[in-house]
Amino acid sequence: MGKDKNIAWCPGCGNFGILSAIDRAIDELNIDRKNTVIVSGIGQAAKLPHYTEINYFNGLHGRSIPVATGIKATKPELNVIVTSGDGCVYGEGGNHFIHGIRRNPDITCIVHNNMVYGLTKGQASPTSQIGFRTPIQVGGVFEEPFNAISIAISLNAPFVARCFSGDIDKTKEIIKIAIKTKGFSFIEILQPCVTFNKLNTYEWFREHTYYLDEGYNPEDIKKAFEIAIDKEKFALGIIYVNRKRKTFEENLSSIGVKYPVIKQSIEYKKILNLFKKV
Amino acid sequence: MKELSILITGPAGSGIQTIENLLCRIFKEMGLHTFATKEYMSRVRGGANTTTIRISEERVDAFSERIDILLSLDRNGIDRIQYRIGEDTLIFGDVGKNRNRNFEIDFVKIAEKIGNKIYANTVAVGFILGIIQKGKEIGEEIISGIFNNKGQEILDKNIDALSEGYLTGIRLANSINFNFTIKESEEVKKESFFNGAVAIGIGSIIGGCNFVSSYPMTPSTPVFSFLAQNAKDFNIIVEQAEDEIAAINMVLGSLYAGGRGFVTTSGGGFALMVESLSLAGMTESPIVLHLAQRPGPATGLPTRTEQSDLLFALFAGHGEFPRIILSPGDLYEGIFLTANAFNLADRYQIPVIILSDQYFIDSYYNIPVPEIANFNIEYAFSINTDRDYKRYQLTDDGISIRGIPGGDGFVCVDSDEHNEEGHITEDREITRLMVEKRNRKLKTFIDSKTFIDSKIIRPSFYGSSDYEILLISWGSTKNTVIEAVKPLNNIGYLSLPIVYPLPDIKDYIKKSKKTIIIENNYTSQLAKLIRMETGIEIKEKILKYDGHPFSVEEIQKELGEKI
Repeated sequence: MGKDKNIAWCPGCGNFGILSAIDRAIDELNIDRKNTVIVSGIGQAAKLPHYTEINYFNGLHGRSIPVATGIKATKPELNVIVTSGDGCVYGEGGNHFIHGIRRNPDITCIVHNNMVYGLTKGQASPTSQIGFRTPIQVGGVFEEPFNAISIAISLNAPFVARCFSGDIDKTKEIIKIAIKTKGFSFIEILQPCVTFNKLNTYEWFREHTYYLDEGYNPEDIKKAFEIAIDKEKFALGIIYVNRKRKTFEENLSSIGVKYPVIKQSIEYKKILNLFKKV
Repeated sequence: MKELSILITGPAGSGIQTIENLLCRIFKEMGLHTFATKEYMSRVRGGANTTTIRISEERVDAFSERIDILLSLDRNGIDRIQYRIGEDTLIFGDVGKNRNRNFEIDFVKIAEKIGNKIYANTVAVGFILGIIQKGKEIGEEIISGIFNNKGQEILDKNIDALSEGYLTGIRLANSINFNFTIKESEEVKKESFFNGAVAIGIGSIIGGCNFVSSYPMTPSTPVFSFLAQNAKDFNIIVEQAEDEIAAINMVLGSLYAGGRGFVTTSGGGFALMVESLSLAGMTESPIVLHLAQRPGPATGLPTRTEQSDLLFALFAGHGEFPRIILSPGDLYEGIFLTANAFNLADRYQIPVIILSDQYFIDSYYNIPVPEIANFNIEYAFSINTDRDYKRYQLTDDGISIRGIPGGDGFVCVDSDEHNEEGHITEDREITRLMVEKRNRKLKTFIDSKTFIDSKIIRPSFYGSSDYEILLISWGSTKNTVIEAVKPLNNIGYLSLPIVYPLPDIKDYIKKSKKTIIIENNYTSQLAKLIRMETGIEIKEKILKYDGHPFSVEEIQKELGEKI
């Protein structure tokens, strides 16, 4: 646990389970923490890196994916993990979520989905269920919940999974696979907010989720979509895998980027040639 | 006549750009000092655009509205530049209604005789060379260079087109007794000819840029494309982001990992980046940001020029954090201020903004190839952090060691107020210390040798030292002001390559009987900045805000009314 024991999460918060799953995944994979960076945005979920021992960039609301992309592209030997909430990644940063998957940096993107805004005290999030009442959405939410899993599949994300924070062991195992998978590995972790979401409780999630069968083939995109669009029951496990895409860093290399780029020296002769060429 | 000003007008997509490029290359290769600037409409086809090309025996690097030769590709474009047509202006091409001294030349018809109307542009280039009766051989050389690998027929036809145009030009020049003599210079041939976009692009390469992410926006895009086109040679990671917010955040990520990141944008894009600029201030990220100004508010005039974002750049970002704002006035400054921006950003761990504008970006002229070997890239970050490393260690000068991940110590940065380790804090004492630490870095910079002494940064003074009237301007107006005041006595001119922090210019102002500020904006933003920083109010102003740059003549005229 981190130096700062003064944790800002409520007792019983799903974030504890996610933190524990991430920490254990990193340790069990024997990943060097010195070469690992957690990037987060704003929200209660985004405070996670403060509570472990790791490099981190805790930036702005919604902007964790582009920051993570810049880090990975500049120093690909770093392991880069994004952790932030549904409001941060799907709401404020929705555009980066879409284009991040298109760009496909080799990062792991963990989205804590508690279907509510916690830090701002209980407003609707992009994933709040229709009818969910809040101090702002007084008549209940009427917007269609954001279906990140099906969007990720439609963009051919290399790895798409859903977990439940109440099951730390299985979550940890899926995080381990995600970290090892090349490209944009996306995990949505369903997580109760014990203070502001009285609808989507631990019990509710247990009733509304199920694990995919052992025999499920995540490379079957049609089946993956079918599972992703189910609004009644949320599938847990690895929903979709696509091994065909090159990562952002691989694409950069193939257009001529040579690593390391840090502190490279410049040939002045080449610059003088520029003056002749222009 | 030792200088000639040529204006080409035509709709977008009609080939003005091709003619401009060819003529400029030919003139410069001939050994003539050459300047070119364009003004164009925000559309892909149609409308009326112009390019002004000046050639001279002496250095030319500023916009003059005088037109000696007007080459018209479309008569509909002439009316809008009527105010620039003088009694002696010769008009050639598609001239339409009868004007004084105009000559209908159908370049397309000549081209069709050669075989295809696509050669019309080359005919026009040959025609201009014919009018000045110079440069045919060099024209042929350059055309051969361009069309060499496009097949023998295309090459031959282009050479024919050039010759035919040239003959037409000579015949016409003779018939109207037009004689133009100009001395060519060997020195000019050795020089380099490029525009402000290239200057800033080369400057960022010299400065060690290895990561650029941006979103296309006129007029900043040419810097982005220049870096993309040279990325392979200089190992630069280039990525077009989904929006400006992603662009700046990718750069912030790169900086965190040890990259030398750069972002190039214009007003509206910069506006989107503002929250993240504040993040750079809080995380003490050394971002270099190029802001190519265009007229606002909102979409404004997308392809035109204005200097209206100075105070925006100065105050952009919530909260208080230091920054440096540089404003290149010429190509040389474009290169070296940009290169220096990377060192300054890294040394002080603060954002450095380079303010240019459309006029600066799109104006070409020749300058001697600058000495670049003396410029050193300074890296101020550390890759070897120890176990007790604190990213935001409190220091006397406000600067902490900027580690990058990979060493023994963790590198923890936070957009929240944080303690020395980079953890969130709401402690009153730590908050006060951190606010002071961040803002203290500006004082550290102001006290530095660089700020006080650096030739490239300190204000540059032109004119007689016993001046009675002092002119002050910033950024792209520099060359125009210098040319405008050349014939005048008793005038001093101060140009500011750095606008923030504001250099000490009080003594210059006190010495003058009258100080006049010249700015391409409505509210005189530099005057406001000077008043804010020094308490001195400069009341005399020459301002322009119609989307176009100042011309030498305009400044002379306005000065004439004020002095």
